[in-house]
Amino acid sequence: MIRAEQIPVMNRLYRMQWEESQQSHVLLYPEGMVQLNGSAGEIMALVDGTRSGADIIAALEQKFPEAGDLGADIIEFLGVAHEHNWITFD
Amino acid sequence: MSTTGSPLTSPVIQPSADNPHAAGRPFWLLAELTYKCPLQCSYCSNPLDLSGSGTELTTDQWLSVFEQGRKMGAAQLGFSGGEPLLRRDLEVLIREARQMGYYTNLITSGLGMDDRRVSDFRDAGLDHIQVSFQASTEELNNQLAGSQKAFAQKLAMAREVKAQGYPMVLNFVIHRDNIEQIDKIIELSIELQADFVELAIAQYYGWAFINRAHLLPTKAQLIKAEAITNQYRDQLDGRGPKLIFVTPDYYEERPKGCMNGWGNIFLTIAPDGTALPCHSARELPIQFPNVKDEALADIWYRSTGFNHFRGYEWMKEPCRSCDEKEKDFGGCRCQAFKLTGDAANADPVCSKSAHHGKIVAARTEAEQLAAGVAPSSPLLARNKRNQQAAVDIIARG
Repeated sequence: MIRAEQIPVMNRLYRMQWEESQQSHVLLYPEGMVQLNGSAGEIMALVDGTRSGADIIAALEQKFPEAGDLGADIIEFLGVAHEHNWITFD
Repeated sequence: MSTTGSPLTSPVIQPSADNPHAAGRPFWLLAELTYKCPLQCSYCSNPLDLSGSGTELTTDQWLSVFEQGRKMGAAQLGFSGGEPLLRRDLEVLIREARQMGYYTNLITSGLGMDDRRVSDFRDAGLDHIQVSFQASTEELNNQLAGSQKAFAQKLAMAREVKAQGYPMVLNFVIHRDNIEQIDKIIELSIELQADFVELAIAQYYGWAFINRAHLLPTKAQLIKAEAITNQYRDQLDGRGPKLIFVTPDYYEERPKGCMNGWGNIFLTIAPDGTALPCHSARELPIQFPNVKDEALADIWYRSTGFNHFRGYEWMKEPCRSCDEKEKDFGGCRCQAFKLTGDAANADPVCSKSAHHGKIVAARTEAEQLAAGVAPSSPLLARNKRNQQAAVDIIARG
């Protein structure tokens, strides 16, 4: 189980960027690509190796006040991203 | 809030004036910068005519191709060849492509590299380096590569690539002469700290087709190699390199969905600027357009060459009425042409093909050659000296 105080770090195998032609964030890696949906892209865009899970939750709850409590969803996604090896934890 | 990313999917695209055949985007752009190569691997997929049909594109011409491709949605760019390190403008090409937003892949033998160049490419923004090996031992590797210094150089460069923090893929083309050493190959890859290892059974295009009798493993060898790979995968349990075992279609009863469909996501540019739907398509009797003459969007969406095998209208039986056609697109056009003489036929790998016997015969031949009971044609190293001999073999059928 991922804890909110942990700091996610992008796996250096992956590079994230906004793809204009797909109107989405993508994770690029050797000879491949994962297309992220809107919320996954918002979360991954905040993974910078300094923000903790809690920081990311706070930032997104501030950005999307109408979305309510995002904590559980964001922690769940960080778990999925970790399973996929997109991120590691410091 | 939904929380998953999704793998690359092709959205449904509707035909339009700009895109009459509802083609996907050229997500993968492969830049074959040169056909020149210091190695002479007998399984090379380059065409037999290594001079190509003209001079290599200039730096500016390549940059224009990259820019046009990026606008059309290309995200992956492979620098390949031949040996791309032979292009002295490689660093410039990497830097500019990276600034355009490409994920940049260098696909190299490692020959022509040194620490300085690895570092310069890093500064230019290169994302990933794929180093090819021929085998796990110096003697066999150098014999297969036709170069006495290849193995030592490859080892040094693979270590350098990792030391400088790149993601690294190692690529081994597997065939009858190295398949028995697949355990040693995997151990070498672990030692070199590869992130991914492609254990790619040779596919029979270009020079590999001429040399197929020497390359095609037997069924027993293949089963054993795959079992060993699975054992290592279990042992590694997610640690160490990810092992990618690419099975040869010659032992399948249904063809591969080649290139994810003709002109669907792959776009190859040959050294002279010829645009191709895959790196083997040059062997087809089709006139393909050149980036020197036409805009890339016109080539991709509107040229005859790229629209030749899009959709399903071109298919003959048994593909036309087959309920699997949307899965495999009738297989590989190049293989259909090479083995049946008609690129619109079903890929003979398919057991429904009237020409499937050609594949079965190749398997039998592999068994006999491995058992030493059949005479074999000479192995032709990939070099200009052997070009005419190779062309003659094709002409004789």
